[in-house]
Amino acid sequence: MIGDASLAEVLTSALIVLGSTIALIGSWGLVRLPSLIERLHAPTMATTLGLGALLAASVVWFQLARGMWTAHELLITLFLFITAPVTANMIAKVHLHRMRLGETDAPPGPAGRPAPPPGDADWATYEAPHPGTPGDFAGD
Amino acid sequence: MIAYALAFGFAALGLALALNLWRLVRGPGLADRILALDTMVINVIGIIVLAGIASGSGTSFEAALLLAMVGFVGTVAFAKFLLRGDIIE
Repeated sequence: MIGDASLAEVLTSALIVLGSTIALIGSWGLVRLPSLIERLHAPTMATTLGLGALLAASVVWFQLARGMWTAHELLITLFLFITAPVTANMIAKVHLHRMRLGETDAPPGPAGRPAPPPGDADWATYEAPHPGTPGDFAGD
Repeated sequence: MIAYALAFGFAALGLALALNLWRLVRGPGLADRILALDTMVINVIGIIVLAGIASGSGTSFEAALLLAMVGFVGTVAFAKFLLRGDIIE
């Protein structure tokens, strides 16, 4: 069936179909899942597996079909793998912050609303920088 | 064969962008809109990589790398502004 197709074409095509299908599944999950905390994990899969497969397809294509070694794609993969958890953490913090302030009617998620912290402690996002905080030079 | 795979990839990523746009317009929270924008950046990077394979030129990867960096900085700045009311304190 694929007698005249080269190994590079078969491998690249398989990786492209795999990667774009996973990206589509991730975006479908973003639409379909009920609350933000659940929605967070669908695009994460698209970032790591989906784009990882697409960039691997690019590496394979330029290496096998053109004889050209490129490493840019690996740089993009590394950068995305480092930044994806940071982004997800920031978005989850925004969600919890706004839910506690009562600024949103969005559904809270499977674990319910976050409990208030004990004592007179508070979340770090509510506290102004106080003396002793690293980077606070107001008192100097 | 690779032409069919590229056509499928462009179609799937375009549909994914349309789904992200739906979530961006619909909300309901601000965090959902940030997440939708971040996912749109990811899908656009995928489209740029596919366009690089289709055109056979190596110059599109700089664009993809730049978009990955700018997308990350934009998302973090947006989240930081909502958390603290300021981006650089």
